[in-house]
Amino acid sequence: MESTFDFSKITCWFNDLLLGWGLAPWLVTTIECILVGVGLLLLYALLALFYIYFERKVCAAFQCRLGPNRVGPFGLLQSFADMFKILIKELIHLNHIDRFLFALAPYLVIIASMMAFAVLPWGPGLQIIDFNIGIFFLIAVSSIGVLGILLAGWSSNNKFTLIGAMRSGAQMISYELSIGLSVITMVAFAGTMNVNEIVLAQDRCWFIFAGHVPAFIAFVIYLIAGTAETNRGPFDLPEAESELTAGYHTEYSGIHFGFFYLAEYLNLFIVGGVAALLFFGGWMPFHIPGWEGFNHVMNYIPGVVWFIGKAVVISFIIIWFKWTFPRLRIDQLLKLEWKYLLPINLFNLALMVVIILTGFYIH
Amino acid sequence: MATIQENIAAKFPQATFEEADVLQINIPDAQLHDLAKTLRDEYGYDYLITIVGIDRVECLGAIYFLSNTKTNQEISIQVTTTDRQNPVITSIADLWSIATIYEREVYDFYGIIFLNNPDMRRLFLSIDWVGYPLRKDYDNGPDSNPVTLEAEPQSDDTHVYTRGEDGKIVCTEKPIFAKNDFVVNIGPQHPATHGVLRFRTAVDGETIKKIDVYMGYIHRGVEKLCENLQYMQTLHFMDRLDYFSAHNYHHGLCMCIERAAGIEVPRRAQVIRVLMDELSRIASHCLFFGTYCMDLGATTMLFYTLRVREQILDIMKKTCGARMTFNYDCIGGVMADLDPDFVKDVKALLATIPANIKEYNKIFTGNVIAEGRLEKMGIMTRQQAIDWSVTGPSGRASGWACDVRKTHPYSIYPEIQFDEIVMTEGDSMARFKARLLEMEQSAHIIEQLIDNIPEGDYLAKVPKVLKLPQGHWFQLVEGCRGVFGVYIESDGGTQPVRMKFVTPSLNLAAVVDEITSGNKIADLITIAGSLDYIVPDMDR
Amino acid sequence: MEVTTKSMPYEAWKDNEYIEGLVEELRANGTNVLVGTLDKLINWGRSNSLWPLTFATSCCGIEFVSLGAARFDMARFGWEVARSSPRQADFMMVAGTIVNRMAPVFRRLYDQLAEPKYVIACGGCAISGGPFRKSYHVAKGIEDIVPVDVFVPGCPPCPEAMIYGIMQLSRKVKVERFFGGVNRQEKQKEFLADSPVAQKAEEIINGEQA
Repeated sequence: MESTFDFSKITCWFNDLLLGWGLAPWLVTTIECILVGVGLLLLYALLALFYIYFERKVCAAFQCRLGPNRVGPFGLLQSFADMFKILIKELIHLNHIDRFLFALAPYLVIIASMMAFAVLPWGPGLQIIDFNIGIFFLIAVSSIGVLGILLAGWSSNNKFTLIGAMRSGAQMISYELSIGLSVITMVAFAGTMNVNEIVLAQDRCWFIFAGHVPAFIAFVIYLIAGTAETNRGPFDLPEAESELTAGYHTEYSGIHFGFFYLAEYLNLFIVGGVAALLFFGGWMPFHIPGWEGFNHVMNYIPGVVWFIGKAVVISFIIIWFKWTFPRLRIDQLLKLEWKYLLPINLFNLALMVVIILTGFYIH
Repeated sequence: MATIQENIAAKFPQATFEEADVLQINIPDAQLHDLAKTLRDEYGYDYLITIVGIDRVECLGAIYFLSNTKTNQEISIQVTTTDRQNPVITSIADLWSIATIYEREVYDFYGIIFLNNPDMRRLFLSIDWVGYPLRKDYDNGPDSNPVTLEAEPQSDDTHVYTRGEDGKIVCTEKPIFAKNDFVVNIGPQHPATHGVLRFRTAVDGETIKKIDVYMGYIHRGVEKLCENLQYMQTLHFMDRLDYFSAHNYHHGLCMCIERAAGIEVPRRAQVIRVLMDELSRIASHCLFFGTYCMDLGATTMLFYTLRVREQILDIMKKTCGARMTFNYDCIGGVMADLDPDFVKDVKALLATIPANIKEYNKIFTGNVIAEGRLEKMGIMTRQQAIDWSVTGPSGRASGWACDVRKTHPYSIYPEIQFDEIVMTEGDSMARFKARLLEMEQSAHIIEQLIDNIPEGDYLAKVPKVLKLPQGHWFQLVEGCRGVFGVYIESDGGTQPVRMKFVTPSLNLAAVVDEITSGNKIADLITIAGSLDYIVPDMDR
Repeated sequence: MEVTTKSMPYEAWKDNEYIEGLVEELRANGTNVLVGTLDKLINWGRSNSLWPLTFATSCCGIEFVSLGAARFDMARFGWEVARSSPRQADFMMVAGTIVNRMAPVFRRLYDQLAEPKYVIACGGCAISGGPFRKSYHVAKGIEDIVPVDVFVPGCPPCPEAMIYGIMQLSRKVKVERFFGGVNRQEKQKEFLADSPVAQKAEEIINGEQA
């Protein structure tokens, strides 16, 4: 642990520096907030662009294709080109719609996923806010997104978007339960809702190994529910191409559509990041109890790399789902949640409690 | 046949008979319904192949082609009317459901009103279309029906014509949907309709209540165009109806013309034609799997199935010179000889097919989600299939053995060993599997032929300008999606008087409402996709 | 200024004169350095990210599917994000015949596309009516209905030809001017002046609004 660089040293130093210049504490906080905000936006955009490229390449690989390779080396600049184009694409003004809600919806979606970023622990000390109900906050803000989707579908005054939004509403509310329960299972295991403490508790052994059977079940359920939460195949009913043209965002053009597009990929990252945090030790390097030399080597890899690496691997699995499975039907989707995942989840939570009480886990 | 003719003659003294390749019964309109009912119930002619509208200048009329699904014999009924202003024929829509659509087509082209048809609207053309295009006196000038960008007038009502007590024809309006239905327009520009087809769908939440199919968004008037072209020139349209069964359709039209003109096709050409038919069947089914799975969200499958299709297209490109519109079969044989690499390439293809089919099964057929979505979905019974004349793999998946290669063996098919795939479930999964199995059978047919391509001419000597004797001919072949029929009527000249193409996709689209109502919107995609219609094929 | 494309020599292109003409037009009035650079950046983005609308009426549509498949893989160029909603697409590949009944729908689809929008007439039917030109129910080319940027002949054009066509479109996009250049809406007016069918439609639309 000692050799992993603690990022809080830099932030503390910066804070002291500003205070040392004689600035008022409120001003210091404001400056810091703005800097963090700008940094977050940049990171957000870059990550989303990376994800767009990543998904295209992965999907191309599954489909025996090459994927983007013309724009920039290996097609790396492809998503930048897409961004430039989408930024200056016309925003179509529609008649007979609720203009305010129509314009508000994409921002709600993107703000929801941005706020979830706030509590993700990127590395030791590299976290925007660290407070005792971190996980709770994460679940709360990530469900604002569904409001944006519902508004988008309703305000567009289009039958397809309405059906898409209703599907999305039903789906998100159902799967929110599964996510919540599987997260609670892990919170019960960790004994805290504080994100940082959860990560630190996995110093010796990641929860997925420490909590063995119930943790693994929780992970599988989390992965399924997470895929559904991000509206990705096989649960992409709200924007099912072949049924509803483009689902709830059919009527959106230009950057407003861009927001939905980006948010989809960012949510993918968030699902991956939370899974990494709860099951795979967040930024914590891979440690095997007893192998001190090996652990020492692992510590040299920075925490940020560990965290992003884990998140990307998990989101790769979700991408893999999308390009393999056919889509579910709405009733099958809800049946899966209410008849299978929910009871299993409740049982799993009880199992986890028993395991904690009996101490039958890896210490 | 003779007994039927005698019995009919005894029962319907007004009927006259005409021996052509199919026995034709001429009957006045008043007795049409009775005759059709007698033929269906007493003689087992339960499959209505098509209704051909005709305009012989002195009279308008319709020819009904019926087939017996047990003995596979055909019979036709001809009804004519001399009234050009208000031509009226009694409907048989209560005997065959598909007749509703067929009669709408005839009404659209010839303006013949069918009494008691529950839905007498135009089928392909808009409601404000002036004139009836397939009538001989139709004005095809640039001003009669110009291209307009005004939104097409829509009506929520349909018409029903009945004969009142005083003998006058009464027109009543009937709404298509119930008053408070929530109607969603699916199409014409929609990714799941496989082209420009429009479903007006009344939904209750996610459940479909009724579907009204709108066609004609790609109606190109092929039948009318053919009337002004020489026989040789009509061939190329066959590539552009069902572009996946281009070879099969060519085969059908060529056979019909050859039979009429009495041309003997060299054996080599016949073998080549059958080889090409079966190759295009494999390619067509491959694309079906791909697009179908893509509709269901499993996009990756498309890329695997297109691999085989590309391989077949390569083989065809070498011989025919094109990837899609081949125009390869021609009257008297085929256009060009086989490429020297043909046998080698086809053998390479055959070697890959079993592995590919295994892979498709692995990716899709055995998938839990796929099973959940396809099984017991959109069940079509054998009776429904016959009632709606749904042929091809879709009909066979419902247990109706309707493969023309077996029922009316043509070309060299009688000599070939292959099984007709008939399933009993009738659901979407059966339709999917029937195509997979058919692919294996096609490969089996190719295997038998590929080493036995006889040497010799590939094209018989045919006059440059072909004249057919006076008369009419009807020919059926098995396309990739079902029964394709050609009706040619000639007055002895170089151009046909009437050419009618019976395409399977029309029936496939017509049956969608019947088997989809009550299911979810998502199932519309599952069911319509599994029927595998091609929109230009139904619109012609 | 040559409009260059990655791994394709300039001489290999046909219609270079046409593009050079556009370049001349672009240069005619001179431009600000900053604006010029921004223009280049925007054009780079636009030309490399042409998203098609999934629109096909007949045979050509199947070749368009092949274009997306592994062998021709239009994803290489960044064209693979085929959008089903016209609001989000950049260009429309008119693959297939447009008939009378489809024409109003087609025009509406074009109107629903967000600017900048482009049209490729793909195949004989879209260009002139093709083999169905004499039919009673076929539009004789889509040029009367919408302004067309690139024509790709063939029946249907092979996927290679389609790639060439879209690359030509991409070249055209590269010499556009976003700031203060020829406005696309003015182009629209020019088009309206030429096409009586579209003119009439415009009148009707204006009439409805008034």
